[in-house]
Amino acid sequence: MIGIAALGAGLAAIGAGLGIGKIGGSAMDAIARQPEMQSKIQSTAIILAALIEAVALFAVVVSFLYK
Amino acid sequence: MKLTSFYKILTLVVFIFSFGIALSQEHNTREVSDESHQDTDKESKFDITSMIMHHISDSHEFHVYGNNEDSFPKSLTVALPVILWTGNGLVTFMSSEFHHNDDGTYLVEKKGLKFAKNHGKIYEVKGSEIAMDEHHHPTDSKPLDFSITKNVFVLFLSAIFLILIFGAAGRSYGKNGTGAPKGIAKFVEPLVLFIRDEIAIPNIGEKHYKKYIPLLLTIFFFVWLNNIFGLIPFFPFAANVSGNIAFTLTLSVIVFIVVNVSGNKNYWKHIFWMPGVPIPMKIFLAPIEVIGMFVKPISLTIRLFANITAGHIIVLSLIGLIFVFKSVAVAPVSVMFTLFISIIELLVAAVQAYIFTMLTSLYIGSAIEEEH
Repeated sequence: MIGIAALGAGLAAIGAGLGIGKIGGSAMDAIARQPEMQSKIQSTAIILAALIEAVALFAVVVSFLYK
Repeated sequence: MKLTSFYKILTLVVFIFSFGIALSQEHNTREVSDESHQDTDKESKFDITSMIMHHISDSHEFHVYGNNEDSFPKSLTVALPVILWTGNGLVTFMSSEFHHNDDGTYLVEKKGLKFAKNHGKIYEVKGSEIAMDEHHHPTDSKPLDFSITKNVFVLFLSAIFLILIFGAAGRSYGKNGTGAPKGIAKFVEPLVLFIRDEIAIPNIGEKHYKKYIPLLLTIFFFVWLNNIFGLIPFFPFAANVSGNIAFTLTLSVIVFIVVNVSGNKNYWKHIFWMPGVPIPMKIFLAPIEVIGMFVKPISLTIRLFANITAGHIIVLSLIGLIFVFKSVAVAPVSVMFTLFISIIELLVAAVQAYIFTMLTSLYIGSAIEEEH
């Protein structure tokens, strides 16, 4: 079917966007509550974002294999 | 001593599996589609897909600049040795003998055998030209390819870098004793202490972390250095090493072996006969845990491979936009975006190395955990 691999990759991007957006929101709330913990929260947030990104990239790899 | 024999076994495992990297080159996740062969448009549309695939995949030569028809100084290609194990023994020649031919039409004759290169893979040709099936895929056999390709070359380069840097740092500790570090050790010490205090000790524990710290340090710095080398666009660093699934797979296999060899009775009990749950659950959980045992290293492989390759594809696509639109006006926008993405890629290089190391230490920690 036309471009279904690209559609799959796009859906993966939506998933990554939602997941990382949620992390970003929680990080913002946490920093607002406790500004002195900012650097710790920031580095944790970046690590969690990379782990969630990995799941989205699993989907991208599958769409590569399909094409 | 128990410690040194463990080191010896670990070194042997790493050495044996480093051949895995040399053996499996040219690992594309997809074949270049054959539609890209037909360039019959009047203005010959710029084929961005094959440009990207060429830059991401491994190759037997370093294409520095220019197109291959011109000779130096208009174009420069550094040829790398081709080392093949065939039925007639070891065959070696420089990849320049293929004269930039990549579609299997030019034959190189060595030791009574004929070789042709098609899409980066070398085939042993029986007839007068490479045999293709109806889908335009070669059907000839391939000899074992131990060539020094781009990726192998950069692997050696980064290994030499690490040996030089850390060798010098280690020796300076021998000379200075317990005072403040001097020289390259000043740069290296905070990173090593970070891995020891934030990754190794919390996950593995005070008692046993020393056995595993060389593995964790090697993984961290090797992956980080290869990620950075993939971002440098000029010779001799321009190879996509950590975006090569064979490289990441080899590292994951090493992690798999280390985790399972150092697993204690508690670890295996948790996999096959999970304590603290009713018996039907124990039987249900066992296959899931076994699958988990394999899936964890596979996820390490794919995470590193996909992150790095995706980053390279984005950078190449943005630069390729200039050629797709065939206009200089696109260049400032494209270069700005590329700069922004490259900064993110630098962060991704470090973070992916950190995550690989952290997950490795987590898996090792779960393998040697005592019953609680």
